[in-house]
This record gives sequence, structure tokens and C-alpha cells, in this order.
Amino acid sequence: MHGTAAERPQGRANAPDGFVLCHSAGPRSAQEQKMSSMNETEDSKEECSRQDSERELVLPGDFITDGKFKAGSGTFMEDGKIYASTLGIKSMRSNFVNVVPLSGQYIPKVGDQVIGIVMDVGPSNWLVDINSPYPAPMHINEAPWRVDFGDTARFLNVGEAILARIFMVDEVKHVQVSMKEHGLRKIQGGQIVTISHSKVPRVIGRNGSMIQTIKNYTNCRIIVGQNGRIWVDGDAEAVANAVKAIKIIEDEAQSVGLTEKLKEFLEGTQKEKKV
Amino acid sequence: MNMGGATTDIKLIDENGRRIDGRRPDELRPLKIEAGVLKRADGSAYVEWGENKVLAAVYGPRECHPRHLQNPTRAIVQCNYNMASFSVSDRKKPGPDRRSQEISKIISEALEHVVFTHLFPRTSIDVYIEVLQANAGTRCAGLTAASVALADAGVPMKDMIASCASGKVADTIVLDLRNEEDNYGQADVPLGLVPRTGEIVLLQMDGDLSIEEFKKALTMSTEACYKISEVQKDALRRKYCVAPAEIPANMGDTIPAPPTEGVYEGNPQNDTANNQGGQ
Repeated sequence: MHGTAAERPQGRANAPDGFVLCHSAGPRSAQEQKMSSMNETEDSKEECSRQDSERELVLPGDFITDGKFKAGSGTFMEDGKIYASTLGIKSMRSNFVNVVPLSGQYIPKVGDQVIGIVMDVGPSNWLVDINSPYPAPMHINEAPWRVDFGDTARFLNVGEAILARIFMVDEVKHVQVSMKEHGLRKIQGGQIVTISHSKVPRVIGRNGSMIQTIKNYTNCRIIVGQNGRIWVDGDAEAVANAVKAIKIIEDEAQSVGLTEKLKEFLEGTQKEKKV
Repeated sequence: MNMGGATTDIKLIDENGRRIDGRRPDELRPLKIEAGVLKRADGSAYVEWGENKVLAAVYGPRECHPRHLQNPTRAIVQCNYNMASFSVSDRKKPGPDRRSQEISKIISEALEHVVFTHLFPRTSIDVYIEVLQANAGTRCAGLTAASVALADAGVPMKDMIASCASGKVADTIVLDLRNEEDNYGQADVPLGLVPRTGEIVLLQMDGDLSIEEFKKALTMSTEACYKISEVQKDALRRKYCVAPAEIPANMGDTIPAPPTEGVYEGNPQNDTANNQGGQ
């Protein structure tokens, strides 16, 4: 167990991107006392907001603010007041209020780079699963090769993975993906791990710091898709370690001092190697 | 005077105005909610409400199958309420029946009213409610659990629905009926409420009430819904507020929360159960 009461404040200060959930620094027993008693819910609420007013947890239907602000993602407006619509972390930037979700499905957005898996092959298109409720067809014109009608299976087959970009989403969420861009390609070799898409920003870290740390320690090639799929390629043992590191980030995305913990883990794997 | 013809010599309300489990007429049974208890589901919740034990799981929004059900402009909420065969004292024949179909329907309609379905056209949000142990009021417990599970799954909605029943037992208006009160009582009125706006999304009545009685019952269960709403929010805050690094290694053993402690502490029934085990 890391993070005793003495270490914790320090850990928080060092966390680079400060993705810290409101969390009580009180002793463990205080947390347990709170379990399921009706009249004590107010305490936990106060504690949360006091601990981290910047990173406050909001639940669906929670009142956030009124006036001046505009309702951003994860919020809605009713009678001039803004409420949270999803469970997440409240963030107020300039004149917008957003709620950064902590769970939920990936909903495709134009411009997102995603890792897709071919589900079906048609005569003029491929049907790509992008880990979202909506399957995404890719027309032969959007492939980086010159493909003749009916010749699609020669280039991509069912089960193969591609790196693609969402290039169209309409109002009824008909999605199309494209590979016509530098760097987009069929993925060969390596391993794909899937995480919750809401944890993707955490895996990447501020300005890619987190993913760079993993790359530096493991010497792997890593590509993170916005849809929560991550491709890792390299030395078999290194890949295993990188995947473990990613799982640590996913499981403890909300915890304090994650960067330190991750570095500790990666250092440990390196030492093992030398021995 | 009786509702369904079932008569009993149980004294449902004693001289002191206490009910058979010692509650006052306006008192809820102990309620305990745990969010995110299932790993495979997108969101889940476990509710213990008196002797009710209900598990709710949410999947989606996901691709809607069968295709003809999908709506090109919005998501649909499909609820499946199911009672385990061991949930009642006489074995319940497994599978859907008229009652569970009705409950599935009213719960999906209640949930559809709060979920922002227009954000996910052509998809389906699937809610599975499993009643593990029943002691009257399972539709309310199911709806309460389903709301927490939806929030846990990150589904956007107006508010979390809270739900509670009230009714008439031995000519008294009481809150949150238990099994005996439901069977031998005069009326049962389950209510589903959107706490923030006060909208009613579920309201049924089994039995007869005068208008005054009905108003009193409704006021009672509305007040209870606000309390329940706080327990729901507390369950989610507990799951998401505590940094995982802080949770001790043995925490996994206590989820779902141990059933007996804190609910009926010092209940003679528990003691007899333990003694029987020892013999």
C-alpha cells in the first residue's frame, strides 16, 4: 500500500496533469462510517467539495451554476440554470462549464484517430468496428490503395485492424472512417488492448507525457486510439510490461500520484531485466 | 375490511401504532446501495432494502438488436426485470410472466423519461434487473437500483429517479410496505419520482384509497424518495470519491456489502440461523 496519510499531499502536488478526483484525506475509518447511512450523506458531500473544489465530482441532475456560463459537454440547461447530465468531474473553462465523464461509451467525433477492426467486407466498402455503438463503413475511395470494385478482400479482411480517422458523422450518427492520410495504415503485428475511452486522456497524459514515459521505459511502439483501443508493438516482454502499465493507468486513473506509481512499476520491470 | 380477499389474524399495527417489524407508519426499511458491483457490465448497482436484494446492470448505449426496434432519432431503453426462482418462499417458476413483463415495461418507460435518448440515435440502452430476494417493493428497489446503474454507466440523464411505495394497512396509511403488509393490507401505491423537478414517472395503485388517503400516501412516499435520492448519490460518491490507491486490499471481499450487518442487528432470526448451522 502506497500513499499513507503523510505522503499523500506530496503525491498530489507532483501529479503533473492534476487529474485528481475530489477525495477525502480523512482516515480510512471515517470513510467506512459513511457507508450507507442516510443522515451522513451531507458530510461526505461537504468533504468532497472542500477537498478539491476545482475537481469536484458531480452526479446526473446536480446543479452546477446559473448565468454567465454556457452549458458545455456533459451538462444541460433548464430555466437558465446549468445541471450535470453525466457522472463526472466538473470543469469550468473561460465561459464554459463541462463535465468530464468517468465512464460511458465512445461516441465518434469527426477528426478522431481510432483503431478499428474490420467486421465485414462488402464489394465497395469495409465495415469497421470502432468500439462504439455505431459501426463505421469505409468506402474503397477512402482506402489508401487503388481498390477495384469487388476486390476489397484482397486488401483488408475480416478481423484485421486498421488505424483510421473519423471523417464524417451525421446527425443520426452515420459514421464514416478514412485511411487517406499520412500515417494511417493497416496494423500488422503487435497487440491491441482495449480500455474505457474515458481513460484515454489519462493514458496519454498532459502533452503525451504519460505515454512517453511508457515508451521510454519499455522501448515499445504505442498508438492510442481515441476510441479506447491501444496498439502496442515491440519486444514480447516489453509489450507485456507496457500493457500492464496501461492497465495500471486504467484501474487507477483517479488516484493521486499515479505518475510516481507508474514510474516505480516501470523501474521495477527494468531491474528484473538486469538480474 | 380487506383488499384482495386474503385475511389474516396477524396484528399488522399494534396498540402503540408500531408495525410488525417495529417501524412507525412513516418509516422506511433500512436501505443500502452499492454502485459498480459488476465488472462486465457498463454500469451496475446492488440494492438491499429491508429484506429485498436487487441487482441492476446496464449495457450501452449499444447497437440495437433486433434492427426493427431501433429508432432513427433516439435511443430506446429496454428493461428486463426478472425474479430469481429462489427469491420468494415458494419457488418461482423461472422466466418472464405477465407480472415481470409489466414491471419491465413501466420501468423502461420511467427511465426513458429521464435519459437523454436523443444523444444516441439508433441505439439501445439495456437495463437488467435481477431480484435475488423479494419482500414487497421490488419494482421500487429495481427502479432505484437501475437509476444508480445508469449513472454508473455514464449515461447522460436529467436526474436519477428515486422510487418508493406507500399504502394502507389496517386502516392506516403507511410507507414502504413489507411482505405481510402487502399481502394482507388494503392498498399499495408505488411511486417513481424525479427528485430535482418533482415529476412523477411511475405511479400505480393496487387496492382502494379515498382521495385524502391517496394524497397522504403520495406525500409520504414523495418525502421518502428525497431521502432515497440522497442514499443513491452517496453510493455513487463513495465509488468515485475514494481514490483506488486508498482502498485496502481486502476491500474486494466486502463488495457487495455483507447482507446482515447493520440491517437487522441483533435480530433473533439471525441468531437462530447461526445456531442451526452449529447443530
